Amino acid sequence: MIEYEYLKPKNLEEVFSYLKSFGEKATLIAGGTDVMVNIRNKKIAPEALISLRNLEELAYIKKGEDAYHIGALTTHRMLETSSLVARELSALHDGASQVGSVQIRNVATIGGNICNAAPSADTAGPLLALDAAVVLKGPNGSRKVPLTEFFTGPSQTVRAHDEVAVEFEIPLRMGEFGSAYHKHARRKAMDLPILGVAVSLEMEGETVKDARIALSVAAPTPIRAVKAEEFLRGKKGEEEVFEEAGKIAAEEASPRDSLRGKAWYRKEIIATFVPKMAFRAMERLKNR
Amino acid sequence: MKKITVSFTLNGDPVTAEVPATWNLLKTLREYFELMGSKEGCGVGECGACTVIIDGKAVNSCIFPTAEVEGKNVVTVEGLASKDGTLHPLQKAFLENNGVQCGFCTSGMLMSAKALLDENPDPTEEDIRTSLSGNLCRCTGYVQIVESVQKAAEMMKNQS
Repeated sequence: MIEYEYLKPKNLEEVFSYLKSFGEKATLIAGGTDVMVNIRNKKIAPEALISLRNLEELAYIKKGEDAYHIGALTTHRMLETSSLVARELSALHDGASQVGSVQIRNVATIGGNICNAAPSADTAGPLLALDAAVVLKGPNGSRKVPLTEFFTGPSQTVRAHDEVAVEFEIPLRMGEFGSAYHKHARRKAMDLPILGVAVSLEMEGETVKDARIALSVAAPTPIRAVKAEEFLRGKKGEEEVFEEAGKIAAEEASPRDSLRGKAWYRKEIIATFVPKMAFRAMERLKNR
Repeated sequence: MKKITVSFTLNGDPVTAEVPATWNLLKTLREYFELMGSKEGCGVGECGACTVIIDGKAVNSCIFPTAEVEGKNVVTVEGLASKDGTLHPLQKAFLENNGVQCGFCTSGMLMSAKALLDENPDPTEEDIRTSLSGNLCRCTGYVQIVESVQKAAEMMKNQS
């Protein structure tokens, strides 16, 4: 018999106080598209659900002086329909607009997608490639964790039980910058990726000034392919270079055989789509 | 059993429900309000048979906690036709263009299509397919369903 209390705190202080009184027996719920399914499938059996939905002030997309700020309660649909995100954080637009269906994207939040920490999360690769950090708030203050240090395993993160993810911060690049994400799946909607590849490039003329490559479903957590990134820095942005980066990235990945795809196949996809996404990022280069 | 009390607008009428805290909106609609139009297919937000519109947005009611509809405006397939029984253009178009076969997915299809047309009265075929991508039809009637939505959009444009 499933039994829980449904709590609707009006502000973060109330969230913290509920988290304190229920401890590990409480689960935070935002859009609920994962939590409600996990309860039904008996993966979790919380005594209380602490809803974050009343914290409407945490749903926003802002561009500041030196960073973009995305509230954790921002829905995938908000990201999908934001022209700012499409134009300047293209990889995140690519990822958010391919999650589930319109019905799911209308309620599912970016905070939930990241904090659930599925190796297949469609916003994780883009956020990693965009060099995002997670802002966590707890009863004793807040801390900023680079996304590269956030995931510790499938469904595992460094977020403490009494903390809430409140914001994602993405640094603003000064030069020519572009990004792209490819979700490799068998169908166009309502599917999880066999593999995800996100690439961001900062260019100086024809030279790659900086590059970030992120892979999902390629390891127990979404990862960055740092050796491939290192290889790209200072090189000319051209086919042979990108293809070599793809091969290096494939070597850095440690995918497993699963129902959706074999490890060797996932490596092939990485080698094929790192260069493709690099070219797409180049096509989208914008000066700030 | 811990219960919750929620007040919201349901198909235009103010309502209050007292249901277990664990009930999702679909269960509340079907078992408390006895509105059987919204269906449970998969129960995990994949098939879209339970789609309703909350504050203008299509949502899977099977994974939407009842507690969260407090103060919101919920429209189900029962709220689609006028109170005098006149069918909504979408309902007419689905009937006239073979958009319905077994009917199980239909309420969800109608509600996703309504959310789309309310927001975008002049959708492309691509827009329609994207909006219906979370609604599965196992009778393989997608072509007629997409055509029905196109016809409904035309009807609604001519009306206004």
